[in-house]
Amino acid sequence: MRTTWETVVGLEIHVQLKTRTKMFCRCAAGYGAGENTQTCPVCLGFPGALPVMNRTAIEWTVKLGLALGCEIAPRAVFARKNYFYPDLPKGYQISQYDMPFCTNGSMIVPLPEGELTVGIVRAHLEEDAAKSVHVGGQTGRIGGARTTLVDYNRGGTPLLEIVTAPDIHSSEEAKRFLLLLRQTVVELGISDAEMEKGTLRVDANVSVRPMGSDELRTRCEIKNMNSFNYIARGIEAEVARQIAIWEAGGEVKQETFDFDAGSGTLTPRRSKEEADDYRYFPEPDLVPVEPPAEMIERLRAELSEPPAARVVRLGKELDLERALVLVTGGLDALYAATVAAGADQLAASNVIANNLVGAGVDPATVDATELARLVSARERIPRAAFDEAIAKSGDPGFTADPFLALEVVSDASELDPVIEAIIAANPGQVAAFRGGKEGLLGFFVGQVMKETGGKADPRAVSDLVRDKLLG
Amino acid sequence: MIDTLRLTAEEGLALIEGGQLSSAELHAAYIAAAGERDEELHAYLRLCEATESGGVPIALKDVISTKGVETTAGSKILAGYVPVFDSTVAARCKAAGMPIIGKTNTDEFAMGSSTENSAYGPSHNPWDPTRVPGGSGGGTAAAVSGGLAPWGLGSDTGGSIKQPSALCGNVGLRPTYGTVSRFGIVAFASSLDQIGPVAKTVRDVALLYAIIAGRDANDSTTVELPGAVELPTTESLSDVRIGIPKQVWDLAGIEPGVRASFEAAIETARSLGAEIGECDLPLSFDYGMACYYLIAPAEASSNLARYDGVRYGPRVDAPTYREMVEQTRDAGFGDEPKRRIMLGTYALSAGYYDAYYGQAQRVRTLLIREHRAALEQFDLIATPTSPTVAFPIGDRAADPLAMYACDVMTIPSCLAGLPGLNIPSGLSEGLPVGLQLIGSQFGENALFRAGHALERAIGFDTVPERLR
Amino acid sequence: MAIDRETVLHVARLARLDLTEIEADRLTLELGAILEAVSKVAELDLADVPPTSHPLDLVNVWADDDPRPSLSLDEALANAPAREGDLFRVPPSHGPEVSA
Repeated sequence: MRTTWETVVGLEIHVQLKTRTKMFCRCAAGYGAGENTQTCPVCLGFPGALPVMNRTAIEWTVKLGLALGCEIAPRAVFARKNYFYPDLPKGYQISQYDMPFCTNGSMIVPLPEGELTVGIVRAHLEEDAAKSVHVGGQTGRIGGARTTLVDYNRGGTPLLEIVTAPDIHSSEEAKRFLLLLRQTVVELGISDAEMEKGTLRVDANVSVRPMGSDELRTRCEIKNMNSFNYIARGIEAEVARQIAIWEAGGEVKQETFDFDAGSGTLTPRRSKEEADDYRYFPEPDLVPVEPPAEMIERLRAELSEPPAARVVRLGKELDLERALVLVTGGLDALYAATVAAGADQLAASNVIANNLVGAGVDPATVDATELARLVSARERIPRAAFDEAIAKSGDPGFTADPFLALEVVSDASELDPVIEAIIAANPGQVAAFRGGKEGLLGFFVGQVMKETGGKADPRAVSDLVRDKLLG
Repeated sequence: MIDTLRLTAEEGLALIEGGQLSSAELHAAYIAAAGERDEELHAYLRLCEATESGGVPIALKDVISTKGVETTAGSKILAGYVPVFDSTVAARCKAAGMPIIGKTNTDEFAMGSSTENSAYGPSHNPWDPTRVPGGSGGGTAAAVSGGLAPWGLGSDTGGSIKQPSALCGNVGLRPTYGTVSRFGIVAFASSLDQIGPVAKTVRDVALLYAIIAGRDANDSTTVELPGAVELPTTESLSDVRIGIPKQVWDLAGIEPGVRASFEAAIETARSLGAEIGECDLPLSFDYGMACYYLIAPAEASSNLARYDGVRYGPRVDAPTYREMVEQTRDAGFGDEPKRRIMLGTYALSAGYYDAYYGQAQRVRTLLIREHRAALEQFDLIATPTSPTVAFPIGDRAADPLAMYACDVMTIPSCLAGLPGLNIPSGLSEGLPVGLQLIGSQFGENALFRAGHALERAIGFDTVPERLR
Repeated sequence: MAIDRETVLHVARLARLDLTEIEADRLTLELGAILEAVSKVAELDLADVPPTSHPLDLVNVWADDDPRPSLSLDEALANAPAREGDLFRVPPSHGPEVSA
């Protein structure tokens, strides 16, 4: 009998916080400044420079912990993680070790077959590394580089590390979990969490086991997956690799791989000469944090209904997939307001998730009452007019009125004279069409649309033109 | 003519404020004295031009970052490093109008008890230039005692202010941990390092402490002083209870002359009205050294990781980053920093942390409790500062453990974060002996009062006999 | 507590010190002697004693999230042993490593 395999995935997520300043110095944080212009003695690791904690970053960490149902440590301690790398100016990273801010939380992931609960083992705060560029090599990244260049602007930016339990059992679950976690972070206003920009980074620890077993086999770490789809593909590739090894009677070795999106393959990382030994110890330049009860209660009061709960709720009214799209797209508030203003649920969901997003409109700028009027009139007004209205729906003072006035004309008695006039004016095209150039139908329809100022229903026109030319 | 050997900072300030003398003239007098005697003493690594005015000039240990002035911490790995920012203590001195005379010699990264570990050669004791001035702050101590500075700042991790002050016949204060900013101080061991004043009198030390102490927003481990610094005036010790650890009497390695001077100082205290009693610090004497030589190197191994040849300091070129770092560090660090980096790295490494660093942190808890108990019974604890007087250059350089033993009595209170004051108690074999007074947390004013009264009664002449 | 030469070399690699043969030999002896002395702390039974990592009992020392001026580029790079444009230049590092 063939073994069926279960995928076991735990995720390690890094979220760059969007505080104004860095974690341990008051240099401005953020992208776009000239190289090494956002640096100071602290984030350059000059002799004698000392770290000072960013209060906002700590509050945001606690807030995320609360949002994920974590226990907030009565006493949290920063620790030094010692290792050498050009992008690590002090020879250690200030991170957290045995006393992180948040532990033991969870997040619900609604799935078609029910709800998955993903445990949050811990969430801690640390400083980001600087950016080193390896130039002059064939790949520009690893091996053969001529030199390494370092820009310390990013160094010291606050970074939240979130570690999940190995509760995820498919690439699809991983993707959904991450979409919801990202939305949680974005709604808390603590990070832009954009994978392309590197403000959200995800590593996956992947193993497999025979279905029904609860053992944990050797896991491998997959890095360098910088989109939700790459994460799914990276996990799938690693699962396939491990199953093949086990089924061939082999043994999976603990390794770290980079996912190459171009080829869809996994490349093992070069191994070190000696084992990791980070020599963690409490950072003596900082004092412990004991989050005050007042702070915790204030932050707790600022929380609203979490994305996962909203997906569950909306999923009952629409369906789970639509609910997920609306919530993780930050669209569900507009959806709810639009429905409240009288729009049909399904129509509102489609217009918002497809037309509005497609037009690049910021949902926060849209007046739901006007949008509801557009949604309700969608079948009655010309397509072009509807699209234009949606595109403008975020403009200040937008009103649907002028667009609603443009009712679609599909009545043959109104369209016939126009069509006949166009046929009369284009004998050459008429002859060609009748000779078999059916593609010319679009030409006639276009002419009619133009003549009617876009108010004609293109489908009705198409039918009428065909009837007249062939009849 | 200014007698730089005798002039106290307080007297200098009176001359400046009275308009008889400018800061620049005073600065020039010390520069001239350095020109005369520093070839022999090697107290300074470099001299500075006077840029501030209104205050009394000062010597700064070369672990103290000074903007625009090379700061090497006595190490080759920082040769040519010119800070682009001032340490908080340097900034506070400058704000008080105090021109910097120069940067003083130190054991490399303040690791040592003789300045023989300086990459730039040892300093010499003004009382006998064939002998060490102590360390790590031997440069500041030699400068003050040799009349090359009226006062100076040192850094003390396990005795680097108190011990050289003892060996050179100065007054030196290691303040309560957290009262003086470490921002801009080349770090040795973060949970132990403190900056403090060295001068000829207790009043000068108190004056300088008042200038540098207090909360600094750039150092998260600083606090505001609970009360203002008081310049001591009293010459009585009535109502002062002084405890002497009974372990002092059994300590091996205390020279007879040091013991005699200590006993005499205790008698003087008694005659001034102090109540003398015996206290018990068994763990401090038995385990203090071991505890210190785990905690300090562990922190040092991490603090010294930043010297990698990437952003500052000399670099040994190599084909790869890793080789560059390894070769730069091997070439740049001297033997003592290497020993401590190795020891500390080992003590923190997987499998050893609990037995070494973790255990030392627990011992530290006990030392704190033990001192607290003693200081509930007594206002101050007194011991000799150093078991010996200044020893000949080269005597202990080859034996790390013998060198470490210099600090056996200064270390425990450093681990407990408590303030300690050295005042000269007399001479033995023509060399200064120091008395260490340990106070309660933030108990500097009590130390100043007792130190001042004893200083007056003892009447020690701080000018080395050979220079009088 | 003795320490062997292999361990000394391993610790040196962790600490990024390219020790010479002579240094490695000498440190093996010296560290052995020092470790024997400091191992004294192991004599005490301290299971019930909490560790002290700081002599001051402070918590929650932090700063508001308000930017302050950074260094100028010239200041940031003033002490750099090698620069290329506005970047710090170092010999090639081979990307992140992982333990075997």
